[in-house]
Amino acid sequence: MTGGDDGGGVAVVGGGVIGSIFAAHLARVTDVSVLCRREEHAAALERDGLRVTGKHDFAARLHAATSPAALAEPWLAIVATKATALAGAAASLRGHWPRSTVMTVQNGLGAEEVVRRHGAWALLSAVTFVSGTKHADTHVVYILDTETWIGPYESTPVEVAERAGGLFDRSGLKVEVMPDLRPAQWSKLIFNATVNGVAALTGLRHDFHFASEDEESDLGHLVHALIDEGKEIARAAGIELHDEPWEMNVLATRRGSAHYPSMLEDVDSRRPTEVELINGALVRKAREHGVEAPLHTALFRLVKAREASYT
Amino acid sequence: MRVCVVGCGAVGSLFAANLAQLDDVEVWAYDLYGAHVDAIQRDGLRLSGAGDVVGRVRATTAASELPRCDFGIVATKAMHTEAAVAATAEAFAEGAVASVQNGIGNEEAIATHVRRVIRGTTFPAGRLLEPGHVQWDVKGDTTLGPFEPQPAGADEIARLADACTRAGMPTQAVADARGPQWRKLIFNAATNPLGALTGLTHGRVCEREDLRALVTNLVNEGKAVAAAQAIRLDADPEELIDHAARKDVAYDHRASMLQDVEARRATEIDYLNGGIVRFGREHGVATPLNEAVWALVKGVEAAWTS
Repeated sequence: MTGGDDGGGVAVVGGGVIGSIFAAHLARVTDVSVLCRREEHAAALERDGLRVTGKHDFAARLHAATSPAALAEPWLAIVATKATALAGAAASLRGHWPRSTVMTVQNGLGAEEVVRRHGAWALLSAVTFVSGTKHADTHVVYILDTETWIGPYESTPVEVAERAGGLFDRSGLKVEVMPDLRPAQWSKLIFNATVNGVAALTGLRHDFHFASEDEESDLGHLVHALIDEGKEIARAAGIELHDEPWEMNVLATRRGSAHYPSMLEDVDSRRPTEVELINGALVRKAREHGVEAPLHTALFRLVKAREASYT
Repeated sequence: MRVCVVGCGAVGSLFAANLAQLDDVEVWAYDLYGAHVDAIQRDGLRLSGAGDVVGRVRATTAASELPRCDFGIVATKAMHTEAAVAATAEAFAEGAVASVQNGIGNEEAIATHVRRVIRGTTFPAGRLLEPGHVQWDVKGDTTLGPFEPQPAGADEIARLADACTRAGMPTQAVADARGPQWRKLIFNAATNPLGALTGLTHGRVCEREDLRALVTNLVNEGKAVAAAQAIRLDADPEELIDHAARKDVAYDHRASMLQDVEARRATEIDYLNGGIVRFGREHGVATPLNEAVWALVKGVEAAWTS
């Protein structure tokens, strides 16, 4: 039965920050394996397990390998790579684990479609606000213990999403299961496109500047205008947002410690960013639905140009 | 004729050293950079590059030492106009003061301290190599005209233009100096911040089709604000942008704002895109992209202290 309740553990594809935080937590309540890109990473995880510090403090035992063939078929495979590595990760699963349900957690839009091109798995959609930082292959710091939202994709029954959600919940991760994830995905898309794009260009972490609207040149005006433009695109796409992105922004800037947005992190280390899947996705949706999006278009072009300046 | 250059950085030095070549002009320079002032006092003010001259200029960091002058030429960065002119206003009690600065709003700031003001725009460029020594990178024209609310007389504008021209800085006195000023403003506001935000040279900004389109969108907002004030641009800023992008002109040029950002110096964004936004608001013209770029560069500046 597709995505069915026939036992089996969880496989996490990608041992980055999000993958590591998920894998370690889930390993407290089920069998977990991690599919890594590097041999030494897999070997270290097999040998030493995974240590979590920060919001939670524990060590987990799990399995790891660099090929799905080396791992038992899980009931749930969570693809937790960055959006830039998603296509490669999905390709590596082709022909494997036919009875598994595959869940994407990438930023932006369209991750499910990328996975779908490589197999007929039942799919779950997810967005996550969890963040942290990796100190080593076997040590991740859990910084923001925020929610992960899970919902069915296409014809996957909502019960499958609930089963995944139950597992997250028991493992100590904050989770919400939704019958339709698109409203939440779009809320995060608008939030992410705005905050990540502005952070990448200015060098600012997500701090009070993003919500400040006192002086006429204050950044909050631009952030607000970008969010309003994003909401217009969502409306044209027939999406009713789950969370109000401006409120998400204001709330996030009041958390105390300013989050280091991943796109800024990428730009700071001159790496390719997720701009195509985040800002690009939003701009393409605007075009698809005939909405003018001059500000997001400008932001997208500027970040792309910033990437081009590495060479 | 006695002229004082207020703010003797690269552009100020081009005016000061060249004007000092003339027998009938006595040149003073006011600047707060002590080592530069000392070097000028000791060895004269030296230009190399597009022209090689040494000018005998009397330089000082103390505004109280300035004598009464017929003309002032303000060449500070735009954010220092107010303080520099407030300090030196006494020297211009009988004189007329010209701005040759970047951006918009400098004449307004000068006019709060000085009665007769000249609106100016200049294209030559250079950079300070060491105290007392400026590299003259590009020659170019200067335009001077009245600042409409508090104008200098046409005759004195013509006198200053004539002196600059004779000194090797080709300068035109015109009845309406807003056209060239807005052309340069629009050029700078559409290109400088994009260089600063992306890290790309002028040529690379222009060869990316999508970014070049953004430049045009910014230019069009600026043109609309100029049109709302009945300003006739003396030429299309787009021509200047494409000309500068040529490999043999300024393809590899890193915009001054990019240089500022890399050195973590305050930029002139408030007087470029910020100026377009403010004048747009006054005249009921929406400038969302200039607002966006303004906020982003202000964000860059804020990140240095966050």
